[in-house]
Amino acid sequence: MLIALMTDLHANREALSTCLAHAEEQKVTHYAFLGDIVGYGADPGWVLQTVMDYVAKGNWALMGNHDAAILQENRSGMNPVAKQVVEWTRAQLSPEQIAFVAALPYRIELQDMLLVHANAWAPDKWEYIDGVMEAMRSMHACKAAITFCGHVHMPTLYHMTLTGKTGEFLPTPENSIPLSKQRRWLVIPGSLGQPRDGNPAACYATFDTETQELTYFRVPYDHESAAKKILAAGLPAALANRLLTGE
Amino acid sequence: MSTRSLQIGMEFDGYRLEEKLHTGGMAALWRVTDLRQRHVNKPGLELGVPPLIMKVPLLFSSDDPTAIVAFEVEQMIMPKLKGEHVPRYFGAGDFDAQPYIVMEQIAGESLRSRFEQAPLPLDEVVSVGIKIANALQDLHRQHVIHLDIKPSNIMFRNGLAVLIDFGLSRHDRLPDLLDEEFRLPMGTGPYISPEQVMGVRNEPRSDLFSLGVLLYHLVTGERPFGHPTSVSGLKKRLYRDPIPPRNHRPDVPEWLQEIILRCLEVDPKARFDTAAQLAFLLQHPNQLTLTNRASKDHQDGYLAVVKRRFKAVGADLLLQHSVSEQLSKAPIIVVALDLTHSSVALAESLRQITRRMLQTEPGARLACLTIRKTSRLGMDESLIQQGENIHVKQLVELKHWARPLNLSTDKITFHVLESPDPAMAIIDYAHNNDVDHIIIGSRGTSALRRYLGSVSAQVVAEAACTVTVVKHNEK
Repeated sequence: MLIALMTDLHANREALSTCLAHAEEQKVTHYAFLGDIVGYGADPGWVLQTVMDYVAKGNWALMGNHDAAILQENRSGMNPVAKQVVEWTRAQLSPEQIAFVAALPYRIELQDMLLVHANAWAPDKWEYIDGVMEAMRSMHACKAAITFCGHVHMPTLYHMTLTGKTGEFLPTPENSIPLSKQRRWLVIPGSLGQPRDGNPAACYATFDTETQELTYFRVPYDHESAAKKILAAGLPAALANRLLTGE
Repeated sequence: MSTRSLQIGMEFDGYRLEEKLHTGGMAALWRVTDLRQRHVNKPGLELGVPPLIMKVPLLFSSDDPTAIVAFEVEQMIMPKLKGEHVPRYFGAGDFDAQPYIVMEQIAGESLRSRFEQAPLPLDEVVSVGIKIANALQDLHRQHVIHLDIKPSNIMFRNGLAVLIDFGLSRHDRLPDLLDEEFRLPMGTGPYISPEQVMGVRNEPRSDLFSLGVLLYHLVTGERPFGHPTSVSGLKKRLYRDPIPPRNHRPDVPEWLQEIILRCLEVDPKARFDTAAQLAFLLQHPNQLTLTNRASKDHQDGYLAVVKRRFKAVGADLLLQHSVSEQLSKAPIIVVALDLTHSSVALAESLRQITRRMLQTEPGARLACLTIRKTSRLGMDESLIQQGENIHVKQLVELKHWARPLNLSTDKITFHVLESPDPAMAIIDYAHNNDVDHIIIGSRGTSALRRYLGSVSAQVVAEAACTVTVVKHNEK
């Protein structure tokens, strides 16, 4: 199967619809959404419904910290901006959609692959994999040959030998990388709905389980419309700017 | 399954082992038959599947942990490589059962056998050098640095060099598994570049250094840096310059010594910018600017070496070049001029465009071409004499045209090509010299064009590189 790995969608309808169309052109057969389906963006209802439709057809979705936040009854610990976004987001969702979010898993195992939102050592605690040490910790915490992971918005590929030596690689888009079975891999596709590496184009990746080939993509989409909708919804302007600059 | 237990007639993954061809330090090569015939009629194989070989790593007989990773690297890189200068890849088996790579067999022997007969005739050395440099350019263009250029890794097919063994190579766009793993220098003692000794693996000009070592040896029969096996022995090349080749062999022309010693410069920036430029100058030695390298007759004195040795201790070898970056920084640009038939205004427009192009590409080299149209018939002596005069006149005109560009002599070359077909001459030249960009004038809609036909149109249609056609607006 050819799996599309999409993560940190952040209620960005323009980015998700463009990437789904792009994935279809790549002849993707399966989809895995690695969490943070909502939060930040202006279209939580549409984006969540789209993910629900894909899951109903046998695809996979995970719980992210932003998804978990809308379930939280007590929001007193949140900063005011986050609280505003969470409350606005929850108000856009139907009870059925909220029930779907509440049932999302924190980890999914597929053959020799592991899907998590944040990390493998404590998938529900939301600690970041933002370096080689954390990547090693995550790979040591599971048995999977390949871990696919979101949460960090920067596309990165970590690899580890059987003796535990770990390397970090910043991938070039549209260049397939064969993942050797001789070592273990941790794949961070980068954020689909809110890229933060200075390039506003959406990130996602595909993995071919037959050929073991991983390909990162950067897909330009109508980020200006997505930003305008954030402003029109009365959400913080910083969230709109982030889509415009990718920073 | 242990590699030692492999025997003739054994089968796995539908390949039958027919004959052991070679056992090296890190791997064995077997001739195999594909019992499933899975490659028949695949694109590019309509004329039949070539003989196949299987490379099997000797994981259990080697104490060297790089052997495993090197094989992994080769498994990653080989499927990415294309073209005439590499063996075609047919498949791989992973480490779960029996690791292997199946590839096309390149007939014949490696350069190793010829190498053992060095010193070789000079024209043979130059021809081998051009072939290897062309192969390296093709590899570098595919984002790969070989990093283990030596005679046993060079084969020949249809007059072209074919590079084999990518176990130490680095692909710009794939994780460098070796870099993460090992801190010791990786390469082959006599050939390894100074920066590889220091652990740098992303410098495409490392391959030019190794090619320089190889050419030095083919010319003189001697190794420029001996055959060190310790790290300190390898580091000596950071400060100790080799004995000039002409010292070993006085009939080596100065230009060839210049080229070899330039390849062997410690600082990659002092070498040729790209393999294409090296191939170009090996083909056009009269275009080479000779420096004191050319006539050097002994190694540098004690003081210079001591100074370099101190410098080498703190050597800042944090070089950051990707292959593609290096290639794109040093393109070869051709400007094709027809100064006899075109207007002054068009010549000026061409110069303006060329100047602009050079401003954005400071590493570029400019080759100024003009074509002297010859008849297809033979000429008698007096015509040949006349021809030479025209040739010189055209060279003078080319140089005059280029003077306002103010380029240093090592960045510009001049060529008068003789051909009955100007467009084909330009296209062939661009192909043979790995030209990146052609700038050519269009004569517009003059009567002359109706008479001569459009050279620029044919160049645009048939050249493999980018072509800029310059027009002059007569209004």
